[in-house]
Amino acid sequence: MLKSRIIACLTVKEGVVVQSIGFSKFLPVGRPEIAIEFLNSWGVDEIILLDISAGRLGQLISCEMITNCSKKCFVPLTAGGGITSVEEAAQLLHAGADKVTVNSAALVRPELIQDVAKKFGEQCVVVSIDAKKLPSGEYGVFRSGGTDSVGIAPVEWAQRVRSLGAGEILINSIDRDGSKLGYDLELTSSVASAVDIPVIALGGVGHPQHFIDGLQNGAAAAAAGNFFHFSEHSVITAKSFIAPFAEVRLDTYADYSSGGFLEDGRVSRKKDKFLQELRFVHYEEEVI
Amino acid sequence: MSTSLIGVVDYGLGNIQSVCNALERLGCRFSASGDDKVLSKASAYILPGVGAFGEGIDNLNRSGLRTMLNEHVIEKRKPILGICLGMQLFADASEEMGDYEGLGWIPGRIKMLPSSDGVQVPHVGWNNLSLRIGDPIFSRIGDGAHVFFDHSYSFVCDQEYVSAVCSHGIEIVAGVQRDNIFGVQFHPEKSQNDGLRILRGFFNYAEGCVC
Repeated sequence: MLKSRIIACLTVKEGVVVQSIGFSKFLPVGRPEIAIEFLNSWGVDEIILLDISAGRLGQLISCEMITNCSKKCFVPLTAGGGITSVEEAAQLLHAGADKVTVNSAALVRPELIQDVAKKFGEQCVVVSIDAKKLPSGEYGVFRSGGTDSVGIAPVEWAQRVRSLGAGEILINSIDRDGSKLGYDLELTSSVASAVDIPVIALGGVGHPQHFIDGLQNGAAAAAAGNFFHFSEHSVITAKSFIAPFAEVRLDTYADYSSGGFLEDGRVSRKKDKFLQELRFVHYEEEVI
Repeated sequence: MSTSLIGVVDYGLGNIQSVCNALERLGCRFSASGDDKVLSKASAYILPGVGAFGEGIDNLNRSGLRTMLNEHVIEKRKPILGICLGMQLFADASEEMGDYEGLGWIPGRIKMLPSSDGVQVPHVGWNNLSLRIGDPIFSRIGDGAHVFFDHSYSFVCDQEYVSAVCSHGIEIVAGVQRDNIFGVQFHPEKSQNDGLRILRGFFNYAEGCVC
């Protein structure tokens, strides 16, 4: 059976992974290849690497960074940031990305989606949509890092990109970015029910329950950025929390299924006696 | 260091880098190339591929790599592992965006996956393998192992060639095998440790074939 995917979305600004809050505040985390090495060993299902500074500077996300990251990444790697042409998409795929994600440039020139899909297949094209609730109560699509309103509804744009050959849609809520309040479920489910391709929810995860909410509201995959940083085994513990409610892949060396969770979603502390005994258990790393 | 040399066939499609990263991780000797002279020195091959069938087979024909592969895989019986599109190219024909003739190494056709309620196409994500023939490439993984799929078309062939299946609405052929020819629909280079174990299984087999 096909599993629901838990995806890590790394936001990169000037070569450094950052936590993003509301598309406007950024906290530095560290080097992308190190973050990827950890996420990979913690059993994340996919990684999306988004360079948020590249597009604004009129540049492409660094191919060198993609190559370095791909050497540590044995799960699918999606690259995005400043892609404006098929040639640029080709450069990234050649550098080690498995898929590319386009956003602002596709809003200016929608044929870009078609061109990339024709050359590399629809499965290779993830269209990223940044959306926000407008004062009118309707949702609107924004481009260039959430600064420019495009004047189109996310549902309408999702259907359009689907018809142009998008293989997946990444729907990101600007309002919820870094809020820890959970996904904008109204936005997620409206887009997911409007298209027949997989939709990835992003923006707002602060508790492992939020992944479950996203998956139960139409998302084929649930992504988070900030949530996975600064806590050991973050992916493994989140998946252990999700496992009783949604089908996820659990293939890692550590297992938190028996421990129980606190109200805030953190793993509950084991008894001192148990921890004491753990000191004498030696785990041999497997050589494949 | 191993004695065998793996030739990664670069025919202008797909993500060669991902396959090379996995080979590097496993410490294999390999050479990624589109030059038939370089590739003819290899003792086993990997045929990767992401993209459309038509363009794939056209590229193989145009570059002369088809002739080279026929000589080394069919006549000299060197092992080959096809990944995703690379595996599909082993078939007789494909109906992806037209009607194309394949390499014809494993009798079968490439057909579009049917979509239905709750079953999305493309089939993208992690799915469990049900193993039919464990040896040699699946000998290091357990039945039910998770691997990463990303495709809209699949291999339809006689059960005797099916080495693994998975379920996505219908039963999908996940692996094919005929003598020295192996194919997987999923991406072992992107399937974490179980994927690397599958590649290791292939290399160990290839190693045993070096004469």
